[in-house]
Amino acid sequence: MNWKAVFTIAKKDIKEARQNKSVWLPVLIVPLIFVVIMPVGLILGVSSATGAVGNPMNDPDFAVFLEKMPEFMSKLINGMDSVQSSIVLLLGYLFAPFFLILPLMFSTVIASESFAGERERKTIEALLYTPATDTELLMGKVMAGFIPAVLITLGSFVMYILVVNGAAYPVMGRIWFPLPSWYALILWVSPAISLLGIAATVLISARVQTFMGAYQSSASLVLLVLVLLAGQATGVVYLSVAVSLLIGAGIFAIDAILMYYAVRTFNRDKLLASAA
Amino acid sequence: MENTIVIDHLYHRFDGRYALQDLSYEVKPGEVFALLGPNGAGKTTTIRLLNGLYKPSGGTIRVFGNDPVTHGSEIRRQTGVLTETSALYERLTARENLMFFGRMYGIVESLLLKRTEETLQFFALEKRADDRVSTFSKGMKQRLALARAFLNDPRILYLDEPTASLDPESTLQVHELIESISKQDDRTVFLCTHRLEEAERLADRVAILNSGKLLALGSLAELRRQFNPGLWVEIDLLHPLTKTLDFRVLRGVLEGSVEGHKARFQVVEEGAIPALISEMVRNDAQITGVHQEKVSLEDIYFKLQTEVKEGQK
Repeated sequence: MNWKAVFTIAKKDIKEARQNKSVWLPVLIVPLIFVVIMPVGLILGVSSATGAVGNPMNDPDFAVFLEKMPEFMSKLINGMDSVQSSIVLLLGYLFAPFFLILPLMFSTVIASESFAGERERKTIEALLYTPATDTELLMGKVMAGFIPAVLITLGSFVMYILVVNGAAYPVMGRIWFPLPSWYALILWVSPAISLLGIAATVLISARVQTFMGAYQSSASLVLLVLVLLAGQATGVVYLSVAVSLLIGAGIFAIDAILMYYAVRTFNRDKLLASAA
Repeated sequence: MENTIVIDHLYHRFDGRYALQDLSYEVKPGEVFALLGPNGAGKTTTIRLLNGLYKPSGGTIRVFGNDPVTHGSEIRRQTGVLTETSALYERLTARENLMFFGRMYGIVESLLLKRTEETLQFFALEKRADDRVSTFSKGMKQRLALARAFLNDPRILYLDEPTASLDPESTLQVHELIESISKQDDRTVFLCTHRLEEAERLADRVAILNSGKLLALGSLAELRRQFNPGLWVEIDLLHPLTKTLDFRVLRGVLEGSVEGHKARFQVVEEGAIPALISEMVRNDAQITGVHQEKVSLEDIYFKLQTEVKEGQK
């Protein structure tokens, strides 16, 4: 494998993606919503809520969630008042699956641009005439989606740490975030989810002609994250470190199968046929 | 010297339809070889097969003695391709486009910087080197695409419709560039075109295709001899001839006619013309001009394509 060629493709694709408004606009707006607007809104909402009605701890669904809560979480909020507990449970725990939308979205949008976008603009043929092998071409495109997705997710996580701790400091009186389960989520599950988005985009891109078509189809993977969110909110799944590691391993296994299939089916002949 | 390209009984099928059928020919080092044919004749498919982008359905291909299916990467390292559409990254600058492709061809960084500058200058793009390609005219894009194909100093340069959709001025520029490129370092140029005047101007040998079948192969002179034997000579006369000329007795003259101040003869070869002129002078003809009418590639091309169409009826 010629890794120099792989990273040359990745670098070029990232550069092109940076100059495409359809790519960088969602990459800018979505983290802004998830990392700044929503957490700050929730902190302000919870801390300003007064009386029994405004306190989420008095919500019947939330009460069920608290009853089913495993021991490690009970310990976490032990000794906190209701506002502090609400903030920790909402932003430190329930919000976690939302964060997985970010790597999924980044990887699918950049990979769609890299695979289907290049075919849509008819630039793929010149690339196919270079000495790069089919596998090097595929790996270059995978890296073009994977590297920025992981880096932007990490950047968003750092920003989330600053925003959550900063906005909640008047209530919490200390730096309390990140919780241990987040490390597994960001460093293990998030790369796995990024690869899943890319693998799905590679396979979908072979069947659709446009960047938007590929992006819209692969973005449906967000349903998986929503299932995880619903599971956690209803107490079916609790994203502890162990559960996160397990989920990440499962997703990596799916990634491996999808990537194996992608490598087998990715060839110049098919790319040209679908570009025609 | 070993042939650069050897194609032997090549077949290629798409969805049950033959794109190429039983093609056999060779391309020599240093020659400009033109593949002529209408759209869908199989010209682009041939380039893709020669570079290992497609696997042939039958027959064999050797490029530099190697099979493109198994040695595609090695072959592509020594070739440059001007694709039918310019296929440039429009959001990148001209320099960024060349640097990207140079790196893909494995050119070392220090050499690549030098080579990029030289190539930009050779193709008269140095003043716009740092502008985005999206701001370029069609002619400039074509020059940049040609520069990209030329960047790795290829042993074979494939040019797929290099002047399609260009205005006459840009076409002339591209023709001049191709002429100067083809004269360098024994480089083979494989030109696919449906513009007959382009092939006539640039090519040493031509192959004429129709629906993937080879109709004719050879230099223009060879094709003239093969498909249109004899050449026409038109003679201007100061006065109409007063004597009747029996041209059929002259060696090498096939047919002819004399009307007023003009005489037209078909002769088997150029060598028959002096004897014809002498005979006319002997018959009191006062000749003011002799014009040789050469059969053009266009005449041969349309003759062959018409024969194919009539054969299909």
